[in-house]
Amino acid sequence: MTPLRIGGGSAFFNDRLDAALELVEHGRIDVLMIETLAERTLAILQAGRADGQPGYFPRLEGRLATLLPACRSRGTRIVSNGGGAATQAAAEMARRVAGEAGLHGTIIAAVLGDDVASLVREADPVLVETGEKASRLSTPIVSANAYLGAAPIAEACRAGAHVVMTGRVTDSALALGPLQAHFGWTALDALACGIVAGHLLECGGQATGGYFADPGVKEVPGLDRLGFPIAEVADDLSIRITKPPGTGGRIDRHVITEQLLYEVHDPTRYITPDVVLDLSEVALCQEGPERIRLTGMRGHPAPATLKVLIGVQAGQHVEVEISYAGTGAEARARLAAEVVQRRVARSPLRDVTVRYDLIGLNALALPGRSTPVLPEVRLRVAARCPDLTLAELLVTEVESLYVNGPAGGGGVRFSIRPTVRTLTTYLPATDVAARVDYLEVR
Amino acid sequence: MPEVLLHALAHARTGDKGDSQTLSVIAYDPDDYELLRQAVTTEAVTRHFAAIAHGPVTRYELPRLFALHFVLEQALAGGVNDSLALDTHGKSRSSLLLDMTITVPANHKALLKGNHG
Repeated sequence: MTPLRIGGGSAFFNDRLDAALELVEHGRIDVLMIETLAERTLAILQAGRADGQPGYFPRLEGRLATLLPACRSRGTRIVSNGGGAATQAAAEMARRVAGEAGLHGTIIAAVLGDDVASLVREADPVLVETGEKASRLSTPIVSANAYLGAAPIAEACRAGAHVVMTGRVTDSALALGPLQAHFGWTALDALACGIVAGHLLECGGQATGGYFADPGVKEVPGLDRLGFPIAEVADDLSIRITKPPGTGGRIDRHVITEQLLYEVHDPTRYITPDVVLDLSEVALCQEGPERIRLTGMRGHPAPATLKVLIGVQAGQHVEVEISYAGTGAEARARLAAEVVQRRVARSPLRDVTVRYDLIGLNALALPGRSTPVLPEVRLRVAARCPDLTLAELLVTEVESLYVNGPAGGGGVRFSIRPTVRTLTTYLPATDVAARVDYLEVR
Repeated sequence: MPEVLLHALAHARTGDKGDSQTLSVIAYDPDDYELLRQAVTTEAVTRHFAAIAHGPVTRYELPRLFALHFVLEQALAGGVNDSLALDTHGKSRSSLLLDMTITVPANHKALLKGNHG
């Protein structure tokens, strides 16, 4: 069997389109993987549907219009979780985009079944975070989606889909699915190999030196033209990570190890719906300046349950900032915080938790380190309010510092945005029925 | 025994899942892995992040990757869902971890590069 070359074309919904196109045009890839869904993203998309939004990222259309013709002319399959909260609608949009580009015969697969909202209502499972049943939540459920595995994606690939559109699946399943279809893999170590390939690709440029540079100790050449990663996966269960020729970035033990362990808890038990992965025996071998080989991925049987993320509304997140400069900047910023704090305590905001940071001093850093006199300090005031009125009141309190606070405050900026929070539960995998629908451009 | 910043010997990456923070520590030089294993202990990391991480810390050893991997629980002010912090994911924690000072043998090569903590 020839190896399968998969490109990691996106790490989030707004990632660089130029690098994805470069992968398709110069990466000789068989599959373009487009990952778009962070944990809370799906709940936000679902909430947006109530306001007439499509339920998938509107920008996906423009991206497909660029990528799809380039992929079809090279025989590259697109596999994406860009369906978000409206996979069927996203698949229909992809069909329209393909039709408008004259790509007759294009087959779009929609992987459905991750939306388990009605199942959650019926089964009423206990939530990990609250220890209580889902029905006991004080705020209504916006979304409930199970993390599907690779099986329906593999099925869509075997059926010849040129675009496989999914909603919530494990990010790594976007790679494992095409690999299973290509090699017919079922053995646990093979599934583990596919999961590792997907895990390395799902954060795009993080596998090629993005999010890595630390001048003086960790240099990354050409960070301004970072190439996206390619995983060349072979039937002997090895993965070679490389990138399009002439692009910026770096691929070595240091970059790959950071990404391999990224967001993993127990490295000997990384749980997915397809396999439980053990990374402890993975070996890395540098084969060239921009080429590394991974072997030794081990797999154990997957659990009988699927993880489910439940999204609920969580009020309005408000942030307001104001800056002070020159001699005494820190003291004036501290006085400004004190003024706001006292006024908040006497206002309808009194029961809201408000956080005060001095950016430049203690917003990120650990306490107890000696700090130099700062030439400028920015006060940040943040809260999550039950409603918009209270959020706007906090903005007013900070903005009023312009004329009522300490001397020389400037540059007030604020943001208010509705937020969702996600809660976790588990459902028996056998209760969640994934299915694949096919659309064709005639 | 002389001290250096961990930054001189290792690099790090953070990740988040709910209110838990993951932190990998990777040796620049494989020969330093054993030194890191002895210096960057669960206790040392717990102490270093005492002000912001309130739950248990677990360490995993990955000798084939020359890496240590930590999971810090109750470390993200509630996590992306609830945190009011500027850096809700705790992305900047990797750099904070590398500010830790560790003791090295008097003849360690890191001392030649002027990386004294």
